[in-house]
This record gives sequence, structure tokens and C-alpha cells, in this order.
Amino acid sequence: MRFTRHRKQVRADPDATEVALLTQLATELLGLIEAPAISDDPLAEMVGMPPGDVDPPDNEVLERLFPDAYKGDPEAAREFRRYTDSELRQTKRANAKALIASLPEGGGVFELDRDLVDVWLASLNDMRLALGTSLDVTEETDYETDDEPALQVYAWLGWLQESLLSCVDPRPPRP
Amino acid sequence: MTAPAEVEETSTEETVDRPWVTIVWNDPINLMSYVTHVLIELFGYSKDKATELMLQVHHEGRAVVSNGTREQMEADVARCHAKGLWATLQKD
Repeated sequence: MRFTRHRKQVRADPDATEVALLTQLATELLGLIEAPAISDDPLAEMVGMPPGDVDPPDNEVLERLFPDAYKGDPEAAREFRRYTDSELRQTKRANAKALIASLPEGGGVFELDRDLVDVWLASLNDMRLALGTSLDVTEETDYETDDEPALQVYAWLGWLQESLLSCVDPRPPRP
Repeated sequence: MTAPAEVEETSTEETVDRPWVTIVWNDPINLMSYVTHVLIELFGYSKDKATELMLQVHHEGRAVVSNGTREQMEADVARCHAKGLWATLQKD
């Protein structure tokens, strides 16, 4: 499976195994990233009620997906988390769900429009962050000689992300 | 682009007119091409500038990618986190 560009669309042709693997990885991501505990209450927001406190992540994978915004200032980091955690969770979950939804069941050709490409890039990246952190990947990790299956999956995700990046130009924000 | 000052500040010394910075930190997972792509999409850098910042992150361990008010930097950090970049903010 690799991505190729066809006019304005980006196309790939995964087989059933690749679709199953990507679906599994995105589903694991959804299991890892719980939905926000309290749904946003528009009334509370309207009257300026601050959102509830959010505990910092309790494992290194979640720490990498939801990093502290302040170094050496746990209090400020906690305050930042209170206001951003819910939206960040929702974004990452929505990306994983959209990735699953765009995959052709059982394999075959599928196309991504430009918006979905960025969704895929972000979600593939979340998968790599989760897998790479749990595997303790470093810049010296050698994928050629290490045949640990999870490491091979990690390397494949990187290759896939690179292939997708090569099909599009980044879009700068609108002024 | 200059490196952020090595000054420890506490959040109680907040003054709005002093600039804050968003810093992206090196990590062994994010692809160099992906980091460059994200820096262009989030901050509107040219390909050359984004590549330069990405390489600074890679070689020096970190780079300042934006500056402004604390509120603006919190928004930038949140956007970086949504893309999987390891970012923090601090007073310059």
C-alpha cells in the first residue's frame, strides 16, 4: 500500500490485511483516548463557568499524546489542561474515526480529498506516537535488523505517513 | 529567530506586554517531513523557514516557532498538540 496523487485526489490501494491493521490501530487509539468525561455544557460556558479539573496523564503514552504545555510549572500546566483537554481529545478521536470510516472494507482502491489527507496525517502520527512511545523508540532504533512485529508495524506507519506527505503540498493558514 | 532566554519565571509575574514564546521540542518519533509540513500549515512559514526551524529542533533539541501574548501562545501550543508536536510555552 502506498499513496499516489491523481489530479486533486490522493489514492491508495490497501489489501484486506492492511485495512484490518489500520482499523485495529485506530480502534486502539480510540480505546486509549477516552472521550471527555463531561460533555461541554453550552449554558455553563455562556455564564463563564470554568470547566472541571483534569488529572494529568498517568502513563508515558498519554503524556506524549497530551503533553504538559508548561515545563516545570505543574499548576499552569494543569490550568491549561482544564481548558484544552476536552477539545484535544475530541479532535484526536474524530480523526481516528474519520480514518476508519474512509477505509474500504476488505481492501481496494480509495481516495482522500485534501481535508482528509490532513486528518490521516494527524491520526497516523498519533498511532506512531502511541506505538513508538510504548516501544521506547529512539533515534538509533534500527528497524532493519530488529524483527519485533510491533516495531515493523511502527516502521510501516512511518513509511505510510511519508508516502502520504509526498503526495500533497502543505496549505498555509488563510490570512 | 533567537533562542529563548534561560530565565525561570513564575506565573504570578505575568505582564501582558512581555512576549511569550512557543517552543517545539525534539522527539525521536515525529518525521522531519511531517514537522516541516505542520509548521507551514500552522504558522504559514515558507518551506525554507519551516525546514530551518525543523532542523533546529532536530539538532539543538528545540526551536522557538512563534511569539506573542500568553493567550496567543496557549492557542499555538494547543494547535501543535492537536498535530502531535511536542510544544510548550514560556516567557521569553
